[in-house]
Amino acid sequence: MDHGPAAEYHECDELLAYKQKAGLRLFFIYSGIYGVFVLLNTVFPSMMESVIFFGLNLAIVYGIGLIIIAIILGLLYNHQCTKMEKRLDINTGKTHGGSE
Amino acid sequence: MIYTASPLAVGIFFAVVAAVLGISFYFGRKTTSAKGYFAAGGTIHWSVNGIAFAGDYLSAASFLGICGMIAFSGFDGFLYSIGYLAGWVVALFVVAEPLKRMGKFTFADALDSKFNSRSIRLMAAISTLIVSIFYLIPQMVGAGALVTPLLGLPHWVGVTLVGGIVIFIVTTAGMKSTTYVQFLKGTLLIIFSVILVFMVVDRGIKDVPYEGYHDFITLQAEITDGSVTSVSDPSFTIEGEYTENGLHFVKLEKDGIRNWWNLETETSTLTEALSIVTLDDGSVLFNGAPRDDQLFYPVGNMHRIVVDGDQVEEVRGLNCISFLAVIQESEVVRFIADVFTSGTERVRIWYQEVTPGNEILSPGIKFHIDEGSSFADKMNFISLMLALFFGTAALPHVLIRYYTVPTPAAARKSTIVAIAAIGFFYILTLYMGLGAMISGVLDVESSNMSAPLLAQSFGTLMFAIVSAIAFATVLGTVSGLIVASSGAVAHDFIDNFLGKKLTDHKKVVAGKLAAVATGIIAILLGIAFKGMNVAFLVGLAFAIAASANLPSIMMVLFWKKTTAKGIAASITAGIISALGIIMLSPSMFTRYGLEASAAPIPLNNPGIISIPLSFAVLIIVSLMTGEKDQPQGAAVSIT
Repeated sequence: MDHGPAAEYHECDELLAYKQKAGLRLFFIYSGIYGVFVLLNTVFPSMMESVIFFGLNLAIVYGIGLIIIAIILGLLYNHQCTKMEKRLDINTGKTHGGSE
Repeated sequence: MIYTASPLAVGIFFAVVAAVLGISFYFGRKTTSAKGYFAAGGTIHWSVNGIAFAGDYLSAASFLGICGMIAFSGFDGFLYSIGYLAGWVVALFVVAEPLKRMGKFTFADALDSKFNSRSIRLMAAISTLIVSIFYLIPQMVGAGALVTPLLGLPHWVGVTLVGGIVIFIVTTAGMKSTTYVQFLKGTLLIIFSVILVFMVVDRGIKDVPYEGYHDFITLQAEITDGSVTSVSDPSFTIEGEYTENGLHFVKLEKDGIRNWWNLETETSTLTEALSIVTLDDGSVLFNGAPRDDQLFYPVGNMHRIVVDGDQVEEVRGLNCISFLAVIQESEVVRFIADVFTSGTERVRIWYQEVTPGNEILSPGIKFHIDEGSSFADKMNFISLMLALFFGTAALPHVLIRYYTVPTPAAARKSTIVAIAAIGFFYILTLYMGLGAMISGVLDVESSNMSAPLLAQSFGTLMFAIVSAIAFATVLGTVSGLIVASSGAVAHDFIDNFLGKKLTDHKKVVAGKLAAVATGIIAILLGIAFKGMNVAFLVGLAFAIAASANLPSIMMVLFWKKTTAKGIAASITAGIISALGIIMLSPSMFTRYGLEASAAPIPLNNPGIISIPLSFAVLIIVSLMTGEKDQPQGAAVSIT
């Protein structure tokens, strides 16, 4: 399944700035959640053994949670970017050729 | 363990290899230009590219290494899954779209898009080669580990076979065929992992994993003045003892078979262990007998199964949550490795240790970060998690995949597909690893074989399919790495650094020659590193990538004062510091045959030092050279 030949694309400064800001915001949010996970494992490892629900401990829930949160934040980021691309009428995939 | 090749396994294996080669030939005929060879013409659909990302990324380390590490160390192995996946967040939110906008074939294009600097090209090419080779080693080791049980061939044959096939694929085709091989492999890997996990959970948890599982004996010992003087079964004769760091092993003989047992001093009990003894004449005994006698058993079982506070022999009807909850409440028998010399015998022993489920499912077995651990232990852990987080977005074979799609938006979408597919797979690794841990299938000599051996417990067909997919996993990842390396040599080094300005055709030829050379190096290193856990080895590749590449990528995107000299210096500092720390690490000292404690640097993973150092060097050198070394212009728009 090909996209067809790649063509020149252009993205206006407003869109680039928006994507960069949205990306960095989500990056820092996730980094914070990941950082707390590493910190808890390092400084309070016994806390990770606490059973929090359905017989599962904090380590498992937080670990799987980190994976699920990454997927959710990814979808959120794509939603934000796609919305802005549509608003600014930028070609994003199926059609090619630039527009600003 | 003894492995015997099954005709079905061999048939499925060759079918998968034939499919891979077929795809390569088909797309190889269509690949003529450099853009086609190195970047699949930028024509791949984002959804295909997303799964191909997963195919690239779910390498031998993810499938064989992580499952093996979870099977032997529980949650600590799963930490690799978490770190590997978290790294994709950096790739998506920070790197994906800008890199696509600024580059053409390699990540050096993006780094150099503002500067036109030969030093950046050179250092980026060197960094790509080093990271790719470090990443290739575990893939080759994984291939060798797989071929032994699958085809009954020695490790070196497996490594050479993979190397040969991949060199053939890459030199006949290029990025497009690699992409479709990865797509196929990623899809199959996820589908069959789901099936395997379903079977594991559905089978439930049993005290005795299967009929015929070796019944490990326990003997009562009488101890006088710290030495075992007699055992409860008089048919055993005491032939020797070894004590070290609180461990006490006893050599017992019965019916001419001599084996080592572990003494639990608190209860004065001797538990049967597994041992490999090398005698002074060079002969090797497996549990006191030649390997062919098959006394060296597969292991891994529950010690006590507890459900809602009650001990049971078996529990069925589990789901994904209750499977974990039962393990959490129960106790598991793990086999702990140790090595010692007794008289003229060199003994490798794996003794039983009952481990509570809550310890299996929380950190501390592999990474010593629990209460009482040293500062260096904690730093080691943080260092690894840092390297995994920042390494993904700096891996050359991941970065080149941003050039196979037509637009930045497609790069973003393919990354999200990758995150979903890879994240889902990594959750499955937890179940596959724990399933292997309690199913009596583990080969204590090779943690890397845990997932295929778990599949084998469901029959030869499942083993054959899973092993063939694992082999395709290695093929695909190695192909991607070799394409990345060949791009670094042909495009970054010869074309841009040396300024040879090759024609399109010559660039492809140069890339193919580089692919052959990289493949041969990978084969040799794959043979040399036999036996090391592949997830650990990949952790090192991540550390080098995160140290050498990521600071430059991030700073060129977000810090306007970044200069060409700053980037080149940062890559150099990242490579040297990461490699230097790895070479002086306890793990490598063990590899050299020296004591781990003699290593001058107590860290096994260099990230915590080398990543900040690389950032610092970039900032300092950029500030020092800022006035005379400013960017030449804006980022390029590629066509």
